[in-house]
Amino acid sequence: MTGRVRGSRPYTADAVADVKTKTRRRVRVLAAALPVVALGALVLAPTASAGWFLPQSDGSPNADGIRTLYILIAILALVIFVGVEGLLIYSMIKFRARKGRVAAQIHGNTQLEIGWTVGAAAILIFLTVFTFVLLDDIKNPAASDIDANGDPVAAAHAQFASTDQPAAPGASMNIKVIGQQYSWNLQYPSIDDKRVYAYNTMYVPVGMTVTLDIESVDVAHSWWIPQLGGKMDAIPGYTNKSWFKIPLDAIPEGQDRVVYEGQCAELCGRNHANMLARVVGLRYDDWKAWYDDKAAQLQQAQDDAAAERKQIESQEGGR
Amino acid sequence: VAAIPARPQIIAHEVDRPRRGWITWLTTTDHKRIGILYLCTVLVFFVIGGVEALLMRIQLGTPENTFLTPEKYNEIMTMHGTTMIFLVIVPVWAGFANYFLPLMIGARDVAFPRLNAWSYWMYLFGGLALYASLFFTPPEAGWFSYVPLSLKDFTPSNGQEAWIYMVHLTGLSSVIGAINFIATIHNMRAPGMGWGRMPLFVWTILIYAYLIILALTSLAASVTMLLLDRNFGTSFFDPSDGGSALLWQHLFWFFGHPEVYILVLPAFGVWSEVLPVFARKPIFGYKAIAAATAGIAFLGMLVWAHHMFATPMSTVVLAFFMLSSFLIAVPTGVKIFNWVATLWRGTVEWRVPLLFSVGGIAAFLMGGITGIFLAVFPVDWQLTDTYFVVAHFHYTAFGASAFAMMAALYYWFPKMTGRMMSEGLGKVSFVLFFIGFHLTFLIQHSAGLDGMPRRIYEYSSSSGWEVQNLVSTIGAFVLALSVLLTIINVVRSLKKGTIAGADPWKANTLEWFTTSPPPENNFDVVPRVRSVEPMKDIRRQIERQTGVTQRFEAGKPMVNA
Repeated sequence: MTGRVRGSRPYTADAVADVKTKTRRRVRVLAAALPVVALGALVLAPTASAGWFLPQSDGSPNADGIRTLYILIAILALVIFVGVEGLLIYSMIKFRARKGRVAAQIHGNTQLEIGWTVGAAAILIFLTVFTFVLLDDIKNPAASDIDANGDPVAAAHAQFASTDQPAAPGASMNIKVIGQQYSWNLQYPSIDDKRVYAYNTMYVPVGMTVTLDIESVDVAHSWWIPQLGGKMDAIPGYTNKSWFKIPLDAIPEGQDRVVYEGQCAELCGRNHANMLARVVGLRYDDWKAWYDDKAAQLQQAQDDAAAERKQIESQEGGR
Repeated sequence: VAAIPARPQIIAHEVDRPRRGWITWLTTTDHKRIGILYLCTVLVFFVIGGVEALLMRIQLGTPENTFLTPEKYNEIMTMHGTTMIFLVIVPVWAGFANYFLPLMIGARDVAFPRLNAWSYWMYLFGGLALYASLFFTPPEAGWFSYVPLSLKDFTPSNGQEAWIYMVHLTGLSSVIGAINFIATIHNMRAPGMGWGRMPLFVWTILIYAYLIILALTSLAASVTMLLLDRNFGTSFFDPSDGGSALLWQHLFWFFGHPEVYILVLPAFGVWSEVLPVFARKPIFGYKAIAAATAGIAFLGMLVWAHHMFATPMSTVVLAFFMLSSFLIAVPTGVKIFNWVATLWRGTVEWRVPLLFSVGGIAAFLMGGITGIFLAVFPVDWQLTDTYFVVAHFHYTAFGASAFAMMAALYYWFPKMTGRMMSEGLGKVSFVLFFIGFHLTFLIQHSAGLDGMPRRIYEYSSSSGWEVQNLVSTIGAFVLALSVLLTIINVVRSLKKGTIAGADPWKANTLEWFTTSPPPENNFDVVPRVRSVEPMKDIRRQIERQTGVTQRFEAGKPMVNA
């Protein structure tokens, strides 16, 4: 029997051992390679351009919270992914049909079935709990680091759990974001009876919690600045809520602003791709100067328009 | 024991000569011919939808590309999604089920053959209605046609009406087909084939049919409301007139999520048929797989709003849909474990149908896992409407359904034509399919994480998305090459393929009991079914009676191809 050619060797003990060592070696290489790949991905993640492996963040606490949640899921997912794909590849190679092999006629195993059902459920229960632990910090606006006059305040720790977005503790700024084909109309709160609005570029003071009321006047849009947290749809007839807070130290040394880019994330027509948005963080005093200047400009434009109307009317009247 | 009633006697005085020629394809009510009509039509639409995908990938291959105008891009994008969902994946399962469901349960035909023919023609005309809009203005509001964008104020062209008529015609086609499948499965199974002995592909088609009846009727109502809003002055969805823009989203996804399972459950059925045949081992946990299919379908009705996590919703609602989406991962995970366990300790024949099945399971696992990320609604706020989602649903709809489509084609082609497809060409096609698929879609996760929204016709060169998009475009062409090779394989094998014989794979189910291709009446004798694997029983019986080995021996070639 042992004298036969290799290819037609029956399933003897020797052959089994031979195949076993070979497969074992192969599996060992595979098992060694997988953690390396996994580890590589984790190590590379923060260093490589951030967006390749993780959602963008660093602009606002809620974006950071989402990133933390993402990393947790990613670790669990990676373990499951490597485990199951590994098993799949392993059984493809290990149990590949060869001469003399006989397939085991197994119809099932109830204990195993119950085991993996419960296992899958347990992982998901864990994820649910973790999501709710992090949820408050993502969903509820954090307290501002400055008060309404731009002066720093001690960090507040009040957090609320509620079905809808609560008001931020302490000072905050509410900006109305109104989507329209293909621009964002931004309406600022009134300060000292001044009214300010702008388009597409939102200037905000750093350290201030900014709450957003997101609306639309025509079709559905979606407000999204990736580094400042998740997107929220602008649906006509509804008001959607979101918030962000740019950290006080976000403005680089020697510069006067920090800029975050984004764009509309819901198909809103032919120029959807060009419905860009931008948030610019300024130090409070710079922001206040911008606000006053913008208010003056708008007032001036209104006065000019009124004067022009008056002139046209008087010309027409004189005819 | 009651007396057995006498069989009615049929006396034939004259037999019609079988008709020949192309006209018989128009008038046929034979489930096998209708199945082939379905599959050929699907192939045409699959190629058209694929070309649309390539056009989009060309446009996005480089930043600030002017290959397509925004208008053309939106039209092509809408046509691609609509074609692949309504004209390819749903009907491809109708096609395979048409051909194989009666054969697998040992029936002469489906319950209502003429209704069956009508189903097919409604599907064809639905597709033609949509594509007729090419001569005017195609729809451009995306495959889920969100209002108010799809209302007359914002999309005045009649392409939207073409889309609505297509949904109506193909929807009716699917519903009628589903009724047919349900009636056939409930009433026409071979003697001895109880619910616990029905092939798993038939189980998934049964659940697919029930889901179609629930989901597509709801969609039909929704698009009728859209039609009324657009043309007859109602305002179900017009917020400026008291309607609700969110209502459409809820109605659409109430159809849209069960639809996902309509696309993917039959794919699970194909894998559950192919794996045991090529692992030479019974399916692991038959009952668990059948139960998981029903469980997925039930839960699939309760998760629709996870497509809408960024719309105005309270935390309670968000949490409910997150949890229900988590729940669905359990039966899905069970299935994946069962498939792996089916391969375990088997003798796995690396034939093309098996490779496409295992490749599909591997891809679907990835799609399932990214689904968990998306189910966690705070994470979804970052990921929704980005290329991460595009990647995710292509890992399910393409990774599962299209891989399974290919597996089904290679597996059942010998039965449909009597000839084998080329194994070598098939393997090359598989390798390219696998590489092309992952090249195209894996990196789209990264594009999404890096902030690239879906459905944009261009991006700036300062966005940092060039590499991801270029790789994706190259992958798409590799994928196209693979599909081309399989089409060549089909055409070549029709004439030159090795003669298959009745049962080239030594498979388990009844369709392999009859000749390839089967005669018009399918079976002269229907054997009594004693297990899930009637063909295995039959081979064992022959072995006992004749002493000649019938079972498959590992490592021996099956039919050479």
